[in-house]
Amino acid sequence: MTRLFYPYDITRESEMEQPLDFNRRSRLKHVDRAFKSEIINIIQLTDMEKLFQVRILDDADRARFSFLPGQFVMVEVPGYGEIPISISSSPSHRGYIELCIRRAGVVTSILHKAKRGAHVGLRGPFGTHFPIGKMQGNHILLIAGGLGLAPLRAPIFDVIENRSNFKEVHILYGTRQPSMLLFNYQYEEWNRIADINLQVIVEEGDASWTGPVGMITQLLDEVAIEPLETYAIICGPPVMFKFVCAHLQNEGIPMDRMFVSLERRMHCGMGKCCRCNIGSTYTCLSGPVFDYWTVMNLKEAI
Amino acid sequence: MLFRVLSKKEFRKFVGLLLADTEVIAPKQIGVSTDGKPIHQYLPVQAFGEIDLEYETTEYPAKTYFLPYRENLSICSFDEDDWTREIHYRLQPRVLLGLHACDINALLKLDKVLAGDRYPSPYYISRRRNTFIIGIDHDPCEGGFCQSVGADVVTHGFDLYLTDLGDRYFIAINSDRGFNALKLVAAKEPTKRDNNDYLKVRSRIASQFEPLEMHNLPNLLDIEFESDVWKRWSEKCMSCGSCSMVCPTCYCYGTTERISMNNEQGAKIKQLYSCNFLDFAAVAGGHNFRADRETRLKYRYYHQHRGFMEAYEEPLCVGCYRCGRACLAGINPPDIIRDLQTEHQE
Repeated sequence: MTRLFYPYDITRESEMEQPLDFNRRSRLKHVDRAFKSEIINIIQLTDMEKLFQVRILDDADRARFSFLPGQFVMVEVPGYGEIPISISSSPSHRGYIELCIRRAGVVTSILHKAKRGAHVGLRGPFGTHFPIGKMQGNHILLIAGGLGLAPLRAPIFDVIENRSNFKEVHILYGTRQPSMLLFNYQYEEWNRIADINLQVIVEEGDASWTGPVGMITQLLDEVAIEPLETYAIICGPPVMFKFVCAHLQNEGIPMDRMFVSLERRMHCGMGKCCRCNIGSTYTCLSGPVFDYWTVMNLKEAI
Repeated sequence: MLFRVLSKKEFRKFVGLLLADTEVIAPKQIGVSTDGKPIHQYLPVQAFGEIDLEYETTEYPAKTYFLPYRENLSICSFDEDDWTREIHYRLQPRVLLGLHACDINALLKLDKVLAGDRYPSPYYISRRRNTFIIGIDHDPCEGGFCQSVGADVVTHGFDLYLTDLGDRYFIAINSDRGFNALKLVAAKEPTKRDNNDYLKVRSRIASQFEPLEMHNLPNLLDIEFESDVWKRWSEKCMSCGSCSMVCPTCYCYGTTERISMNNEQGAKIKQLYSCNFLDFAAVAGGHNFRADRETRLKYRYYHQHRGFMEAYEEPLCVGCYRCGRACLAGINPPDIIRDLQTEHQE
């Protein structure tokens, strides 16, 4: 007797046989096959945060990998777990990506113990990005609080590298204490660039601190804003971007010209596990970058 | 749609052919509840006699054959400082016999999420395409409100769909493999009488449902976001997650990684989760975005009846009432929805 049913082998689908590229989100692919990557350098930023320079090992995969500022990758330490981390390096930089990671949970703790040369898995990039192209010809406010500088660093690089596309550019950064400042070796470089206004503030100064002390909104008081010709990108804890966005709203900036990046627990990055749902909006698909008007409409966002 | 009619004797022969060819999953009585009702489960069967197509419902949905409660997403082998990864998709063919309309509709909803245009899941699609689905019509089950959510009829998502006409089955054919399979037995073109009998059975089934008012539910849910209804119901909720486990459409999950005792192998394991679990939205550093069970209970309803509606113009819920039956605290969608509506009127 002839058989009624024959096995259908999904790996034989032509889409599945093509090289893995997460930018083609509608294509069938090995969604759990991560890019094996090497940690090529580890840079200690503070007691809690390290910057990992990570390079995809396969030459073709690395050449294919591209991302936009604000997007994230899922970083897997086999045997330990997988976590979403936003990319901190410049989108134009193609050799390796930089991931700023705070020691906070199981996976980040083991990553902090990792040595140069260790192999991790990367999947992505995932999520929405800051629409830098749309911001051309406008003033740009890049505002970060605490660890928020990690996701903000990609749009900072993008704006700096395309400086002539924008009017005034302000980078405002605040943390609780001077010891918590991220990328402080980079401030001088950013400051020396003509026509970039970098301001850093801390909530509690210490003996060595000579800069301003106070909340981040204080820095905004010194910036003259032309509301209808300004775009703002704000990264930081919800309580911080809530105050900053309220301030900018009072200045008259429309809410759809302010962009924030949200963080949630994630297990897939692809709109399947539901763990990142805000209401029923997937942070991984519709976010992590949202304009503030959308955030106002997400009931449990702030 | 093409239709055929098959005598019950020929149908028995047909199932025999399926059993000889491949694994068959079908409703099987596995026990009797304390109130004397038979308990059924979708399980692998070896003989026609084990199958009970007259079953009312099952405790667990058939989703486990598409979204297993636990599944290895990948296997990692460690060697010195390096690792290699292997991924396998299930490709053995399987027949799923006896699914009711609500459960086939549930698969169609899962298809939208897992086989749609955003990161289609090869794990799911492989299982879905390797499964031959034979559905069957049935009278409404106790508590079921599938008609109110438009899940009491199916027009696709199956290979064959049976309607019991007493001595014979009226069969809707929805795939060429279904059409070809029926060639092995003496399936006949339906006569006028067959068509009439089929339509009569359909109307009989459709007329037995008690309607549940669902009008404007997405907006009602938004308006009643802060409602005391959620507080009242959540006081009973034990956050056990049973509702999600027995739900044919709940698909959320968590992944964990395990390492073997000899440190040579690791597995990335996917396990179905529940948005009612305490740590569902807890993040590293200690913050929990949904620390209250009230919020968690509410969001399960929000996802089912508002969020999915927003994305796909239909609710995720198929009205099978399995969650209502499984809940130890008596929490169930019809009562919550009615409560929200009366709250609104007061």
